[in-house]
Amino acid sequence: MRNVFSAEITRLAQRDPKVILLSGDIGNRLFDRFKDQAPDRFFNCGIAEGNMMGVAAGMALSGFRPVVYTIAPFTTVRCLEQIRVDVCYHNLPVVIVGTGAGLAYAELGATHHSCEDVALLRALPNMTVFCPGDPWELRVGLERSLDLSGPVYIRLGKKGEPDVHPERPALQFGKALTLREGTDVCLITTGTVMPVVMAATERLAEAGVSAQVESFHTVKPLDVERLEDLLLRFPVIAIIEEHSRIGGLGGAIAEWRTYSSHVGMSVGGSLPTLLSFALEDAFVHDRASQADARREAGLTVDNVVAGVTTALANRMRM
Amino acid sequence: MTIASGLPSDPAHLEHIARTLRVRIIENSHRTGTPHLGSCLSSVDILTALYFGILDIDPQAPDAERRDRFILSKGHGVPALFQVLALRGFFPENWLDSYGQDGSPFSEHPPIPGRIPGIEAATGSLGHGLPIGVGMALADRITHNSRRVVVLLGDGECNEGTIWEAAMLAASQRLGNLVAIVDYNKWQGTGRTDDIMALAPLADKWRAFGWDAVEIDGHDMGRLLDELTPTRQENGRPLAVVAHTVKGKGVSFMEDDNNWHYRIPTADEVHEARRQLGIGA
Repeated sequence: MRNVFSAEITRLAQRDPKVILLSGDIGNRLFDRFKDQAPDRFFNCGIAEGNMMGVAAGMALSGFRPVVYTIAPFTTVRCLEQIRVDVCYHNLPVVIVGTGAGLAYAELGATHHSCEDVALLRALPNMTVFCPGDPWELRVGLERSLDLSGPVYIRLGKKGEPDVHPERPALQFGKALTLREGTDVCLITTGTVMPVVMAATERLAEAGVSAQVESFHTVKPLDVERLEDLLLRFPVIAIIEEHSRIGGLGGAIAEWRTYSSHVGMSVGGSLPTLLSFALEDAFVHDRASQADARREAGLTVDNVVAGVTTALANRMRM
Repeated sequence: MTIASGLPSDPAHLEHIARTLRVRIIENSHRTGTPHLGSCLSSVDILTALYFGILDIDPQAPDAERRDRFILSKGHGVPALFQVLALRGFFPENWLDSYGQDGSPFSEHPPIPGRIPGIEAATGSLGHGLPIGVGMALADRITHNSRRVVVLLGDGECNEGTIWEAAMLAASQRLGNLVAIVDYNKWQGTGRTDDIMALAPLADKWRAFGWDAVEIDGHDMGRLLDELTPTRQENGRPLAVVAHTVKGKGVSFMEDDNNWHYRIPTADEVHEARRQLGIGA
């Protein structure tokens, strides 16, 4: 995703002279093409993220579209107050890009993990929170982000994430994309855990379970129309995300249900079972690869299949 | 366009304007219960020099593309700025009648742009104005806009790390159109600035961070006008003006008394302040 981001922002900056790229001293050589093409619109702002976010706000107050790029925890939590006051309060079109979100940088330890970013940025007024699930979603979403009149947070993985969508999706912020139609159960995915969810779907199909897959790439604004529809159609809905179980997509959906009590009745009049596959409310202390860390957290094909199968069996007995 | 075209810019006249503003600020604090009087009175001469002598601005065109930009980074000093903007003609003075009332745009910190003409950025949380100013100055470089960006900081505000992050970036980027003025009144919320975070030697700090720095009496109108002129910055470096000021300046019983960070004056105190400043009711 990192390389896709670099290529796309370079292409978009060529087209739009208002795009400025700010980097927090990372991505050595990653932006060489951007720098060659628009040397006056690339700024390495050093290891000073609070300042960088304020600088971006100042540029946006001058009519530009700054894109701020660094490692996810440093472009979010490190400068959360600058995001809140300078960017969100002023409602400025700043694109905040966090690379290596979730457990993508698992080996680097908890300082580099970013498992609370969605919860924190989602709570800020005016902010759009976009978690692309594959390079296709990133390409389209990045382009859309330059049309917004307010801020957006783009939550990236690292590199090597596979394409899941077969072709360029008609992605719009706040509108979920259906990756696969199904009838028995619905799996909702957000962000880079998408391939795990698709593999779980295959496994369920082998066992005769037809799963629908929805990509909720935008956690805020939440696609409540789609949710209303899904809650009426499926007895079991599983939400899978590489984020703390506090305040991520699962949290957003649970919150929405508390202020939308007129919806959410499933077929037969009973509420659907909601399953959350997310990260524990805990730091990861021991060395782990992303795959190890996902396994530890239960973000695996086996665990999703087992959880969904059990929930379906329990529904049958109801 | 000449700077502050058509305005008399001799120091004596600006000093009279500043006295008028002091009275209005004190009266407003009494009427509306707005605090931070000491901070307002320490910066009012700086604001007067800027708005009536230095900044290239047109109150009738507050969004003009080539206007100089001013950011009040010490946002709690906005009661002074509101009076300055009104007197300078950015909006009718009677708009200030709503000050402190529910629903009024005039509150204790600057609102976001678009609510009150002349306000370039919402501040209040400290340490935000200089980074924003650096971003504006960089944007101007891209668009070949030669205007200046002026940011007024509090000395207590210089505790914030983002001030020094911004200072380093401004120096590496050689932002010769950027000016930071420090209202160095030697107090912050609960004590002496030098006791709390070892601010001195402040001008040397700015120099060490790659800026030009001058130290002046922040109540000396002639020096303010001299040091803030655009020609001061022909070497491409950002300029720090360390303005030595007195908190509560202009009223004997408020001067250098940090209780006036939060105290609201009584009717008798307003009367006495008016008498001392030589401005009638």
